[in-house]
Amino acid sequence: MTSMTFLSFNLPIVALLPFFGAIFAAWASKINRLASAWVAALVTILALAFLAPSMALVFAGETLIQSWTWIPAIGLEFAFRLDGLALLFALLILVIGLLVILYARYYLSKKDSMGRFFAYLLMFMGSMLGIVLSENLIQMVVFWELTSLTSFLLISYWQHRQDARAGARMALVITGGGGLALLAGVLLLGYVVGSYNLTDVLAAGDLIRGHDLYLPILVLILLGVFTKSAQFPFHFWLPHAMAAPTPVSAYLHSATMVKAGIFLLARFFPVLSGTPEWTWLVGGAGLITFLLGAYFALFQNDIKGLLAYSTISHLGLITLLFGFGTQLAAVAAIFHIINHATFKASLFMVAGIIDHETGTRDMRRINGLFKYMPHTAILAMIAAAAMAGVPLLNGFLSKEMFFDQALTASNASVWAWAIPILVVLAAVFSVAYSLRFIHDVFFNGEPIDLPKTPHEPPRFMKIPVDLLVIICLAVGMIPMFTVAPILAVAVAGTLQTTPPEYSLAIWHGFNLPLLMSFVALLLGVLVYVMRKRLFAWHESGVAHWDARIIFNAVMGALGSFANKVTRSFDKGSLQNASVWVIATALLAGFIGFTSVSAPLFGDRVLMPVDGVSMLAIAILMVASVLTVAWHRKRLISLVMLGVVGLIISLMFVKFSAPDLALTQLSVEIVTVILLLLALYFLPQTTPKETCDLRVSRDIVIALLSGVGVTLLTMAVLTRDFSPISEYFLLNSVPGGGGTNVVNVILVDFRGTDTLGEIAVLALAGLGIFAMLQGMKLHAPERDTGGRLWNADLHPEIMQTLTRLLLPLMIMIAIYIFLRGHNLPGGGFIAGLIAAVALIVQYLSNGIAWTNDRLKFDMHWVIGFGLLIATGTGLVAMGLGYPFMTTAFTYLNWPVVGKFEVASAIAFDLGVFLVVVGATVMSLVELGKLSNESHQAPTQSKPQPKPQPKSQRKLEQEAN
Amino acid sequence: MEWLISLAIGVLTASGVYLTLRARTFPVVLGLTLLAYAVNIFLFAMGRLTVGLPAVIDKTAEAAQYSDPLPQALVLTAIVIAFGMTAFLIVLALKARGELGNDHVDGLDEAPHNNASKEAK
Repeated sequence: MTSMTFLSFNLPIVALLPFFGAIFAAWASKINRLASAWVAALVTILALAFLAPSMALVFAGETLIQSWTWIPAIGLEFAFRLDGLALLFALLILVIGLLVILYARYYLSKKDSMGRFFAYLLMFMGSMLGIVLSENLIQMVVFWELTSLTSFLLISYWQHRQDARAGARMALVITGGGGLALLAGVLLLGYVVGSYNLTDVLAAGDLIRGHDLYLPILVLILLGVFTKSAQFPFHFWLPHAMAAPTPVSAYLHSATMVKAGIFLLARFFPVLSGTPEWTWLVGGAGLITFLLGAYFALFQNDIKGLLAYSTISHLGLITLLFGFGTQLAAVAAIFHIINHATFKASLFMVAGIIDHETGTRDMRRINGLFKYMPHTAILAMIAAAAMAGVPLLNGFLSKEMFFDQALTASNASVWAWAIPILVVLAAVFSVAYSLRFIHDVFFNGEPIDLPKTPHEPPRFMKIPVDLLVIICLAVGMIPMFTVAPILAVAVAGTLQTTPPEYSLAIWHGFNLPLLMSFVALLLGVLVYVMRKRLFAWHESGVAHWDARIIFNAVMGALGSFANKVTRSFDKGSLQNASVWVIATALLAGFIGFTSVSAPLFGDRVLMPVDGVSMLAIAILMVASVLTVAWHRKRLISLVMLGVVGLIISLMFVKFSAPDLALTQLSVEIVTVILLLLALYFLPQTTPKETCDLRVSRDIVIALLSGVGVTLLTMAVLTRDFSPISEYFLLNSVPGGGGTNVVNVILVDFRGTDTLGEIAVLALAGLGIFAMLQGMKLHAPERDTGGRLWNADLHPEIMQTLTRLLLPLMIMIAIYIFLRGHNLPGGGFIAGLIAAVALIVQYLSNGIAWTNDRLKFDMHWVIGFGLLIATGTGLVAMGLGYPFMTTAFTYLNWPVVGKFEVASAIAFDLGVFLVVVGATVMSLVELGKLSNESHQAPTQSKPQPKPQPKSQRKLEQEAN
Repeated sequence: MEWLISLAIGVLTASGVYLTLRARTFPVVLGLTLLAYAVNIFLFAMGRLTVGLPAVIDKTAEAAQYSDPLPQALVLTAIVIAFGMTAFLIVLALKARGELGNDHVDGLDEAPHNNASKEAK
C-alpha cells in the first residue's frame, strides 16, 4: 500500500530534486571546495533511489503516469510518465551523470568554482530528466528550453575564455531557436489531437499522419530535433561547444543534451514515422550527417574535435536508423543510443585525462603516450575499438544491426542501392578516425614539446572510465545477460506495441552485414595508412569550409538590422519616445473612431447642469490650463495642480463617491507636500524652450488627445450600459458582511487585487528609501527672489496647534477605519489620514524632534502590513477555503453596541499599515534629505567654505 | 452635465500630455499627475454619473438604487497607486539631478542660456 502511494508522486521528485540540489551544491562550496561534488553525487544517488521503486512496474510492461491539474481551462496538466524509453534515458542521465560528477571532482582545478559547476550540472540534469519524464508536451518543451539555457551556462563555464562564450552563444541560438520551432510543432500537435498528453498523442498516430497539418508538424518538430542533436545543416554548433570543460562534453555529448533530440525522434516514432516525408527528411539528414561527421572527424587535430565530429556522425547514424522507419531499425537505434553513450562518455573522459596530464589536446604533439599512461591507454583503445565497431565490443553489435537495416532499405527504390555503399563509406572513415585516435595519441613516436611530463591520473579519476569500458565489454560479449532486459522495455516503450523479434547474438554466421563490417575495417586501416596524401588533399580545399562564417554573417546582419530598427524609433530621448507612444495611441484611437459605422453619440438622457457644478468644473479647467501655462514657474504651477486635485475630490462628493472624495482629498495633501519637498532641490524655474517647432507640435498633439478623450468619454456617457456590479450590490451584506460596497469589493470580493496594489505601494516606498540612501543634494539657502528659505524653521503657533491636532486626527483615522466596512472609509483612507497626521508633526516640529517621540521604523510597519494582509488570506486557505475568503460575525461591544467583526478588517488593517508606512517613509526620507543637506552649512564656521565646483554649477543653474 | 465632465477630462488630458512631452523632470511629473487625474475620472465616469446615491446599502429603503461601486473601487486603488508612482518618479528625478547635475529628462543639459549665464559670470 505504501509503495503504491509512493508511486503516485515519485517522478516529479526525480525531475525536480536536482534543481533544489543545485542550490545546495552552490551553497556547499562556501564550506569546502569539494563539498559541492559530494552534494551533487548525493542528489544524483537520491534521485536514483526515488526512481528505483518504479522500475519493477516498467519491467512488468506497465506505464506509470502521475498527473496534477495545472491550467484545467486549456487542458494543461502537470504530468509525468515513466515507460521503457523514459526509464532507459533517465538511467543514462543519472548513472552517467554520477560518473561525470566523480570525474569532474578530479578534473576541475583549484581556480575553478566548484559550486557554480555542480549547480549548473545539476540544473542541467534536472532539465534532461524533465524532458524524458514528461507526459505533458508543453511541460516537456519547458524542460527542453531549460536544457538549452543550462547547457549555455555549462559550455560558457570558463567565462574568461572568448571561444567558450562564443561557442555557448552559438549553441544557445541554434538549440534555443529549434526549441521555439518545437513549441510551435507541439502546439499544432495538441491542436490536432485535442490533448497535450503524450498518452493521447501516441494513440492518435493515424489521425496525425492523415491530417493536413502533418507536414508542418513534422517539419517543426524535426527542426527542434535536428538543432538539438546536431544534424546537418545545424551540426556546426557542436564542435564549437568543445570549449566547455571536458566533463561537460562527456555528459552533454554522450548521454544527454544531443540525445534529447534523438529521444524525441524515438518518442514520436509511433505517430510521425512511416510516411515518405519522414523517410526523406529524417533519413536524408541522418545519412548526410553520418557521412559528413565521419569524414571531418578524421581530419581534426584536436582530440576533442575528433570526438565532437565523431559524435555528430554517430548521431547521424541513429537518426538514419529512425529514418528507415522499420521496427527493427528502431531496435537498432535504441541499442546504439546505449552503446554510443557508454563508449563516447569514456572517450571524452580519456581526452580530458590526456589534456589534464599533458597540457594540450593537439594530436600533432601528443604521441607515444602508451608508456607514460598504459592503464588509460588500454581503456581508450577498448573504447575506441567499440566506436570503430570491432567485434566483441558493444559498438559492433549495433553496427551489425545497422548494416542489416541498410541492406533492407536498399530494396525500397531504384536509388536506394546507394545506401549500403554510402553507409560502408562512412564506416570506413569511422574506423580510420578511431585508429587515428589510438595510434596518433598512444604510439607514433615520442611526444613533441609537451607543457608537462605526462603520467597516470589519480586513481579515482579513472574509475568512471573503467566502469564504462567494462560495460562496453560486457555488452559486447554477453549482451543477453546485460543489456537485453532494459533494451526490451525501451523498445516496447518506443514502439508502443509488442517489440519485433530480434537477436542479440554475437555470431549470426557469415552474412552480408558481417562482410560489410570487415570491408569497413580493412578499408579503414587502408585509409589511415594513406592518411598523409588524404590530409594534403583535405587541407587544400575542404578544410576551409566552415559553417561558422555563415552563422556569424547571419547573426551580424540580424543584429545590425535590429539596431537600425531600434535607432529609427529610439534616439535616446524620452521626449521623442513619448511622442511615439502618444501619437500611436492617437492613431489607434482615430482608426477606432472612423472604423465604426454607429453614430458617435447615443441617446441616453443627459443630466441637467447646475450652476455650482458648472462653476467648479470651470475652475478645474482653468486651473488645469494654468498648470500648463505657468509651468515654467514651478511653484505656482504646483499650486494650480493642487486646485485641480481639490476640485476633483469635490466632484467625487457630488457624484455619489464619498470614499473616493476622502481618498482624493488626503492623497492631494500628501502629493502636494511631497512635490514641494522635492521642488526645494530642483531648479525653481524651467528654462525657456529653444525649439518653437517642438512646442507647436506638442500643442497639436495635446489638443488632439484632449479632443479624442472628450469624444470617447461622451460616446460612452451618452449610451446605456448593463453593469456587472449587480452581484456586488446583492452580495455585499450577505456575503461580505458590510454595507459599504466599495470597501467590501476592496477587502473581500477583489481582495487579491488589493493585496497586489498595496504590494506595489510598499515597493514604491522601499524604492524611494533605497534611492535616497546616501544621496546628498545641494540645498539652496535662498529662493529665486533672494529670500531665506528658513526664516522661521518651526513656527511656535503651528507647533502648538499641530501637537493638539495629532490625537484628534489619529482618532478620526481610527474611526474612519472601523466604520469603513459599513460607511465611507476603510484602510486606504484611514491610512492616508494617519499618514497626514504624522507628516504634519514632522513638518511643524522637525524630523529629529518627531523621530525621538515616534519610535516606529516604517520598514517594519510596511512589512507587518503586508504580512497581516497576506496572513488573512492564508488563514482562509489553511481552513480549506480559497485564498482570501473572508468570514464575519457580530459582537456586542459594551458602549458601542452591536458591532460586526469581519476577518476582512484584519486585511484592511494590513492595507492601513502599508499605506501609513509607505506614505510616511516617502515623505520623511525626502525631509531627511533636506536635513542632511543642511548639515554642512550649520556645522561649518560662519565663514562660508568655497563650495565644490559641481555644487556651484548646480546653484548657478538653479538661479 | 456629461458634456461638462467629458470636457474636463479632455482638458486634463491635453494639459497632461503637453506637460509630459516637456524636457524637464518636474513638469513631466506634474503632467503625469494630471494624466492620472484624467484617467481616474474617466474610469469613474464609466459607471455613469449619479447624484446622491452612494453605494452604501440602505436596508430601510425599498428597491434602492446605487451608483456603480466597481469603478469606484478601481479608482480608489488607482488614486493611491498614482500617488506611489508620483512619489517614486519625483525621487527618481531628484536622483537624476544628483547624479547628472541637471534636470533634463535625457540627462543632457542642452539649454544654451545656461552656458551664456556662466560665461557672463
